[in-house]
Amino acid sequence: MAKEHIKVALIGNPNTGKTSVFNHLTGLHQQVGNYPGITVEKKIGSCKLSENTKATILDLPGTYSLNASSIDENVVIELLMNKKDENFPDVVVVVTEVENLKRNLLLFTQIKDLEIPTILVINMSDRMKLKGIELDVPFLENQLKTKIALVSSRKNIGIEKIKELILNYESLSTEPCLNASSIDPEYFDKLRKAFPNQLVYKLWLVITQDVNFLNLDRNEMKSSFTKSHADLRRLQQKETIKRYQFINDTLKVGQKIDHSKASDIRAKLDRVLTHRIFGYFIFFFILFGIFQSIFVWSSYPMDLIDSSFANLASYAKTHLPAGEFTNLISEGIIPGIGGILIFIPQIAFLFLFISVLEESGYMSRVVFLMDKIMRRYGLSGKSVVPLISGTACAIPAIMGARNIENWKERLITILVTPFITCSARLPVYAILIALIIPQKKVLGFISLQGLTLMVLYLLGFGMAFFSAFILNKILKISSKSYFVVEMPSYKIPLFKNVAINILEKTKSFVFGAGKIILAISIILWFLGSHGPDKDFGNAQKIVEHEVYSNSYRINPSVIPNRVAEYKLEHSYIGIIGKSIEPAIKPLGYDWKIGIAVVSSFAAREVFVGTLATIYSVGNNSDEEATIKQQMKQEMREDGKPVFNFATGISLLLFYAFAMQCVSTLAIVKKETNSWKWPIIQLVFMSGFAYLTALLAYQLLK
Amino acid sequence: MQTTIADLKIGQKGTITEFNIDEIPLKLLEMGCLPGNSVELIQIAPFGCPLYFVVNDSHVAIRLETAKEITVVIESTN
Repeated sequence: MAKEHIKVALIGNPNTGKTSVFNHLTGLHQQVGNYPGITVEKKIGSCKLSENTKATILDLPGTYSLNASSIDENVVIELLMNKKDENFPDVVVVVTEVENLKRNLLLFTQIKDLEIPTILVINMSDRMKLKGIELDVPFLENQLKTKIALVSSRKNIGIEKIKELILNYESLSTEPCLNASSIDPEYFDKLRKAFPNQLVYKLWLVITQDVNFLNLDRNEMKSSFTKSHADLRRLQQKETIKRYQFINDTLKVGQKIDHSKASDIRAKLDRVLTHRIFGYFIFFFILFGIFQSIFVWSSYPMDLIDSSFANLASYAKTHLPAGEFTNLISEGIIPGIGGILIFIPQIAFLFLFISVLEESGYMSRVVFLMDKIMRRYGLSGKSVVPLISGTACAIPAIMGARNIENWKERLITILVTPFITCSARLPVYAILIALIIPQKKVLGFISLQGLTLMVLYLLGFGMAFFSAFILNKILKISSKSYFVVEMPSYKIPLFKNVAINILEKTKSFVFGAGKIILAISIILWFLGSHGPDKDFGNAQKIVEHEVYSNSYRINPSVIPNRVAEYKLEHSYIGIIGKSIEPAIKPLGYDWKIGIAVVSSFAAREVFVGTLATIYSVGNNSDEEATIKQQMKQEMREDGKPVFNFATGISLLLFYAFAMQCVSTLAIVKKETNSWKWPIIQLVFMSGFAYLTALLAYQLLK
Repeated sequence: MQTTIADLKIGQKGTITEFNIDEIPLKLLEMGCLPGNSVELIQIAPFGCPLYFVVNDSHVAIRLETAKEITVVIESTN
């Protein structure tokens, strides 16, 4: 009577290749969501086991043990404790790695204590020979009371075996491997008597940490089984020692390691990559290479996307029947979608590099190298990862700060990450630089435009470090530094993992941020092409009247363009723009830029799209020019270009510093659990941006 | 002054004897940093911190102040 639908949870230490196993089992049948109320990523996939049996596989966050030290790890415990949870697994698959079997088995023995059917996957088994490791699988299965699948996710070996074991999960033993309660029999006996219906190990987990579990009143339970914090720690230590004793005894017989056969590439690579001089040299060389290639490589597809959407819009305008609907498509929707898709190349490249660095194990070495330097600024070596991924997007970066154990270091990382130049700023920079910086070469080979872009990136990093330094002095939070970083063995990144990661991240950008951008584009189009009837509806008459009364000066052929401009000025958007003009005029912006800046507060990337929409609404010619050409043609009343040097620099500085991303504010609120920090960020960053932009324009104009 | 793992030289091995449990993160214990286990210092980052150890076959980096809480008997080098 096999079940038709088996629920599986995939659990394992970080760096064991758990995600590779997940990818092999589910392929592209994955869904990424969030756990309710928290921003921990929830990955669920499905996998066909046999003709009529399907498995739903939940990829839980990597954890070293069931003693949680972060919200990611907490997710694992809360799920395994709650039999009523809709995702509560029928069977748990613990993924371990052959080189770190000893440490990985700690988590396995804890899960076995919860008496859930558990399968043991030993991954990277292809490295056994290289490392001189031999395993006695039947002995281990017997001792650990489980079934083992030897797997190599790299070579795609053993995945079928996992499926087979999942299918037959009902035959697995649910007996624990060892009796952990023997560390303090008296205490655990009392516990057992007080709650006869519960597993002692579950009760122990509830006592030692903050998990919500069952309907047991934790406070009541804690008070009757109270122990001092130090006593609990001592018991946890005893428990850990006890588990390792069992694991060591088991592996002594079940695992043979011939160290003479082990070729240690890791030691050799570590000697170079963590070297006090070469280490930094290599790191900066890699960083430089990444940025260089992102800008060079992604400019081709970006230009292509830019021009093809301009062509598409003009094609739609000329080939669809004229009317309101066609205008919506050619002036609202097509430029809007173009404004989203143009980000894909850069986001994809950034995530390509970040996932390669993470997968290869190199990122941990960077953490190691940078920790001491970062601590001077109140950051942690682990802040390097959020700061680098902040160049893609602040949202995953801020979530990535979660594994920083020290709260002060984590908070500062969260607060300063939005200063890092994210990919949303890039199109704004790119277009402004192209407009105001000449296409010259310095010293014959360094492009002036490229150099400007680099300076803007450095400005972002510089500002992040500067504010971290200040925050470190101001914030009075004392918390212990519990800095523990695993240095995983080096691996060649798996193409499949990298590809799926890029696909997922890009998809979530397109459908997440994309929705906002598209919606704003359509709203802007509407506001730009409609207005109060008095001026807007009579635009044709008013302009004609003006032109003919001055007929000796103005050629009547300019009437259509004049009408379009007049309409835009008196549309709803024009009215809004004009009303904020006094505030932004000192920065060198006209009302059209003002609209773009204001709509950018939803998301920076809206800037280019907004200008595109405003200018294509205000443009009456049949030729659909690219956004850049339109911006270049835009003139002030005195006949000078709107996007001159002073305005351009002022805008660049404004975008470098201002907090213009609602999604980032939302994520900061979630991660810090208070509105205080996002509000401080918004006020401080945007205020600072306004002042620097003001100063820059007034000095340069 | 007791010898701690912070006093090891690069490449030197020792056996952990004890540590101040209140100052050591549980995670480190779970990685196998426990009395009786052997420990080897692999690398010291520039400016003297963090330190990169192999303990109980786990490769971990910890900060100097944590390392100073873990006492050790240094293996005689020969």
